[in-house]
Amino acid sequence: MKVLMLGNEAVARGLFEAGASVVSSYPGTPSTEMTEFVSQYDEIYSEWAPNEKVAMEVAFGASFGGKRSFCAMKHVGLNVAADPLFTISYTGVNAGMVIGVADDPGMHSSQNEQDSRHYARAAKLPMLEPSNSDECLEMTKAAFELSERFDTPVLLRLCTRVSHSQSVVETGPRTEKPAVPYQKNGAKYIMMPGNAKRRHPVVEQRLLSLAAFAETSDLNRVEKGGRKLGIITSGTAYQYVKEVFGDTVSILKLGLVWPLPTKLICDFAASVDRLFVVEELDSFIEAHCRALGLTVSGKDIFPVVGEFSQNLIREKLGIPATPGRTLDADIPMRPPVMCAGCPHRGLFYALVRNKAAVIGDIGCYTLGAMPPLAAMDSTICMGASISGLHGFNKALGEAGEKRAVAVIGDSTFMHSGVTGLIDIAYNGSNSTVIILDNSITGMTGHQQNPTTGFNIKGDPAGKIDLEALCRAVGIRRVRVVDPYDLQQCIDAVKEELEAPEPSVIISRRPCALLKSVKPKPPLKVDPDKCKSCQSCMNIGCPAISFNAGKATVDATLCVGCGVCTQLCAFGAFETTEEATK
Amino acid sequence: METKNIMIVGVGGQGSLLASKLLGRLLLNAGYDVKVSEVHGMSQRGGSVVTYVRYGDKVASPVIDTGEADYIVSFELLEAARWLSYLKPDGKIITNTQQIDPMPVITGAAAYPDNLVSAMKAAGADIDAFDALTLAKAAGSSKAVNIVLMGRLSKYFALPEDAWDKAIAESVPQKFLELNKKAFALGKSAE
Ligand code: SF4
Ligand code: SF4
Repeated sequence: MKVLMLGNEAVARGLFEAGASVVSSYPGTPSTEMTEFVSQYDEIYSEWAPNEKVAMEVAFGASFGGKRSFCAMKHVGLNVAADPLFTISYTGVNAGMVIGVADDPGMHSSQNEQDSRHYARAAKLPMLEPSNSDECLEMTKAAFELSERFDTPVLLRLCTRVSHSQSVVETGPRTEKPAVPYQKNGAKYIMMPGNAKRRHPVVEQRLLSLAAFAETSDLNRVEKGGRKLGIITSGTAYQYVKEVFGDTVSILKLGLVWPLPTKLICDFAASVDRLFVVEELDSFIEAHCRALGLTVSGKDIFPVVGEFSQNLIREKLGIPATPGRTLDADIPMRPPVMCAGCPHRGLFYALVRNKAAVIGDIGCYTLGAMPPLAAMDSTICMGASISGLHGFNKALGEAGEKRAVAVIGDSTFMHSGVTGLIDIAYNGSNSTVIILDNSITGMTGHQQNPTTGFNIKGDPAGKIDLEALCRAVGIRRVRVVDPYDLQQCIDAVKEELEAPEPSVIISRRPCALLKSVKPKPPLKVDPDKCKSCQSCMNIGCPAISFNAGKATVDATLCVGCGVCTQLCAFGAFETTEEATK
Repeated sequence: METKNIMIVGVGGQGSLLASKLLGRLLLNAGYDVKVSEVHGMSQRGGSVVTYVRYGDKVASPVIDTGEADYIVSFELLEAARWLSYLKPDGKIITNTQQIDPMPVITGAAAYPDNLVSAMKAAGADIDAFDALTLAKAAGSSKAVNIVLMGRLSKYFALPEDAWDKAIAESVPQKFLELNKKAFALGKSAE
């Protein structure tokens, strides 16, 4: 049957059809839906792991045990999992193992624009790159075949426009894969130096075999279109090239982006008068072509920054594009904001009131960096807030300890925050860590995590007790506040900054968007009571705006959290029930 | 058939993803090759969101570029203006006249421009602007703005009524089906 599927959904379908049995991932845009869709297949065991390193190790263990396995992550997640990645390259697999990694050119939802193809080369692993949903399904299955044939984990690289685009796929049945018998084989699976030394030549040989395979594999294909212009491309860039040129130029479309086929590329180059490489992000294929001594254009014309599109290709190659209309008006930006009623808002307000320096982390609460709160001083990567704060305080001593806090979400704390907290407890800085516990993984669209008490299917699951965990690592001052209670938060931050020992404040309120959180009736401003002081504007609730010199509440957005009422010295905010009485 | 392009633009949380899903089904059922591309993540939190729907005999690129959109369906007035440069010279804008202030306007760092409909007309755009929010409320829920807009869009390309009915039935939960049918009809027939 023909159906429209997201690229991520098609990967999940590919896993189902390939007979995969175990999937473990940590969510990260744009990779998240691969695992979410997998969780709908009862034939596959799936889980959210605390982080990507754990996920990859779980997948490795499953492959080791004899079942086809998979883990998914975003590009920066692959950094977290890089440690096992480089060594499972040495051990190889038992049953097939595939690692899905989704890059984010253009940084729609990421802190950097990393090109994950470098990992394939660095870890000496094959990498496939689909360019639409249909190929996502097919290449997922092909990846397992390659994994078992060449005894290697296989990287499957997607990017935002593949992960989050729907196109037509033809689905097929599942092929059950009986377990590959597990046999003890220390020389292959115990990577202590003596064994690892013997595995490295195996890895090098495997790469040569894969490169030979790449020459003839139908994962790579030449689409003939005359000799004037030849373009080597892959992934979404291929689709943009097709959009612009159709069948009028010759294209070498690479589905296996590492190792690259030397002879195929040289033959293709010889078959055309001018050769271009069109690839998003780094000059990966181009560098390879240059190393082969080919004359090629690529990053001398195309950017290394941001996403491509058909018009970008037209523009860079001097082909006229349709110009758009322009409007003679200043269109204000519409950046993402914390939602109306977001529990993080009150806590950030308390930090601003305490003039705290805030070492931040990755999650919805990163939006606290935006005006009017502007309550964030740094954001690096998952978990960096807590360890960063510790370093900051070791450098500055009391000057830091009395002023700076780390702010991290519940899911991020589980991911890689707790190790930083252990460092604080063990190596003693009087640091104040704030865990924003909104009882879900908010940013990526509400995935369960070890603090929520539910697993990926929404079934009851082991639940980490954050207070007990913090105490267990050696923090004695642990307290819980309600971020809807501003005074309580302001006082707690003040006290913990002053406290002579490390402390944790858990700011606890479920995300306002959770289905289990029932909104209260919206508030209303009494225009006679509103003295236009604009105090309520300081929390940046998107439901409050100023019209004709008075605050007004957008009843369609307001969830009645009541935070604004605490800011108004004139009692202008009223509940609508009262107002209607 | 040459590829046709529909852009759906709005503010995160307004329900544009459902509209794009519905269109995708509709066009696939009608026998076209279809690509739908959306950006989730950060932009779901009250930011500007955009979805591309492309259909024809064979669709390559998942994205619509400047000057390429046959239709821009906008859930909010400012967003219609933001994406105007994507409209084809003979394209059409269908927009809700609802205004949602972005944060820079709320904080006073920027102003919400006046008279956007006439400014877009002055720039040469063919524009169908109407109050979809009021129609959605009349149908029974302010959340049905997306289906009201789909009703409006249905006026402009020739697909049989029952094709839309089928796509709606496949896209919305059963218990909201009647409400959504009403929203669709209101969007289609309103002045
Ligand atoms: S999704 Fe939840 S946690 Fe994230 S900004 Fe909105 S209310 Fe806050
Ligand atoms: S009660 Fe006040 S702060 Fe809370 S959502 Fe409504 S307007 Fe915003």
